[in-house]
Amino acid sequence: MSYVVFAFVLWAIGFAINLQLAGGPAQRSAAARLAIPLIFGATLLAMWELLVRGLEVPTVILPPPSQIGATFAANTSILWGDFVQTILKGALSGYLMGCAAAVLVALLVDRYDYLRRGLLPLGNFMAALPIVGTAPILVMWFGFGWQSKAAVVVLMVFFPMLVNTVAGLSDTSAMQRDLMRTYAASWPQTLLKLRLPAALPFIFNGLKICSTLALIGAIVAEFFGSPTQGLGFRISTSIGQLNLGMVWSAIVVSALAGTAFYGLVALLERRATFWHASQRK
Amino acid sequence: MTDATVATQGAMRRWPRWLSLPPVLAMVLALIAIWYVAAVPMNVHEVLTRAERAGIAVSPDSAVLRRDMSALALVARNPGTLGESWSLDRPRLPAPHQVLVELYDSTIVEEVTGRRGIVRTGSLSNRSLVYHGWVTLNATFVGFLIGTALGVVLAVGIVHSRVMDLSVMPWAIVSQTIPIVALAPMIIVVLYSIGIQGLLPKAVISAYLSFFPVVVGMVKGLRSPGAMQMDLMRTYNAPASTVLWKLRLPASVPYLFASLKIGIAASLVGAIVGELPVQQGGLGARMLAGSYYGQTAQIWAALILAAALAALLVWAVGWLERRTLARMGMAA
Repeated sequence: MSYVVFAFVLWAIGFAINLQLAGGPAQRSAAARLAIPLIFGATLLAMWELLVRGLEVPTVILPPPSQIGATFAANTSILWGDFVQTILKGALSGYLMGCAAAVLVALLVDRYDYLRRGLLPLGNFMAALPIVGTAPILVMWFGFGWQSKAAVVVLMVFFPMLVNTVAGLSDTSAMQRDLMRTYAASWPQTLLKLRLPAALPFIFNGLKICSTLALIGAIVAEFFGSPTQGLGFRISTSIGQLNLGMVWSAIVVSALAGTAFYGLVALLERRATFWHASQRK
Repeated sequence: MTDATVATQGAMRRWPRWLSLPPVLAMVLALIAIWYVAAVPMNVHEVLTRAERAGIAVSPDSAVLRRDMSALALVARNPGTLGESWSLDRPRLPAPHQVLVELYDSTIVEEVTGRRGIVRTGSLSNRSLVYHGWVTLNATFVGFLIGTALGVVLAVGIVHSRVMDLSVMPWAIVSQTIPIVALAPMIIVVLYSIGIQGLLPKAVISAYLSFFPVVVGMVKGLRSPGAMQMDLMRTYNAPASTVLWKLRLPASVPYLFASLKIGIAASLVGAIVGELPVQQGGLGARMLAGSYYGQTAQIWAALILAAALAALLVWAVGWLERRTLARMGMAA
């Protein structure tokens, strides 16, 4: 019981510190903006640990963070293998193929107005569909290996990426296009010098959305069949063994991978579109 | 995604509505044609095996040799024996009409003439897609309502409390980069082990997926009133609750609907994924069963029904949006 009391005391302390920070003179500083969410997260973790211990929750329902950390540390080589199988082979290859294909199709769509009028409504429609549902079919076609996961990812990222890129390519003003015409610029020149740079913020928006979708696609596709490796496989088999520490470790891996993936794309965006209004400080 | 989607829809409105239909139809027809053509090489191995059993000469004549050959080469060498490509019993890729027949059989035929259909028994047959679609739809709705309600409440909290804004909002954004669906089987099993089963576990996953678009959209929407409008409320000496009810909430309605459209599609995905671990009905369970037993037409039929449901739900939210905004005088 003392654990539970202590948990709430800790909560109050964390909240008080945050209240001070948010209301104090340093509230606009970068350090406070970083510290406040970190304190909040740490308080949540500590409360989780204390409440699980204090209320004696069975570890098959919710293991405490310390146990998850221990499982994680003890199984780094297995988890690394899962990471390579799911993230690097399945998600990343599918992500690259799907996004590249979508950008190429977007260029075609942009060139031919008929295609735009035909494909764009379809693309908007497809982007809202539960495409994860194609996973069982694609696993049947491409086998249990990473190829089927990459195929699911390609399908999942294609339409959001297409819609975003097409929107980006049409995001130039008539003045800008007229200027290119007065230079007698050809279509490829206009594309390279004006429209692709102007489309970059939209393309990166699509890339960011798709980074999450790619991981979801790769993990869910593994529920339908996989080799004896991979995060989705690890999650579904460890649940069968009621090894919740391992399940949570796999989730930690996918969370870290997802955040890192997104962060990497955001970093690239900052380097590539430093001129855009949204990147200015 | 919403901004981009809105932008492209805006660009399309330059044509009258009926003019945008022929290109779309042409693309759909082209897709169906590609589907039919693709079915031939996809199914060629099975077709040739059946032809060989029926005593027709096939080249090469051993199944082992054929297994190692590419599908296109087999099609090129056996142009005369491909008649069954579009009518196989268990094809790798069923032809569109086979999927439609399966869809018709597993909905209308099953309910009207089936032994367990609604006509004979008065309740939906557990073999029909209508039943499974209904199960999924229920979970989607419950999850969507929970997720939306929680999202709106959290957004109101974030807008009114600086501590919450600074501490919760970064985590809400980080959590969007995490493949949340990976949690689905665990949530189901954990809730099952503490005695909660049936609709609620799936709804929890739906709620989880529809929650964050609503939070992000609503925070944006609740902050959308300009400085002038906020100043006006101050000159009235309006308390925070009045500002919320009379200014912030009405101003956030367009943002809310934009989020709801994403949220309801996400809810459906959540419900379908949530049905994978427990085989107790629903479109997700139907897909998994189809993949276990090689019933490809059944998977495709479930997939098409899921697509139709998604389209219907998004359209319904869009319809509600147009009606609401028109009545509020905010129609675009």
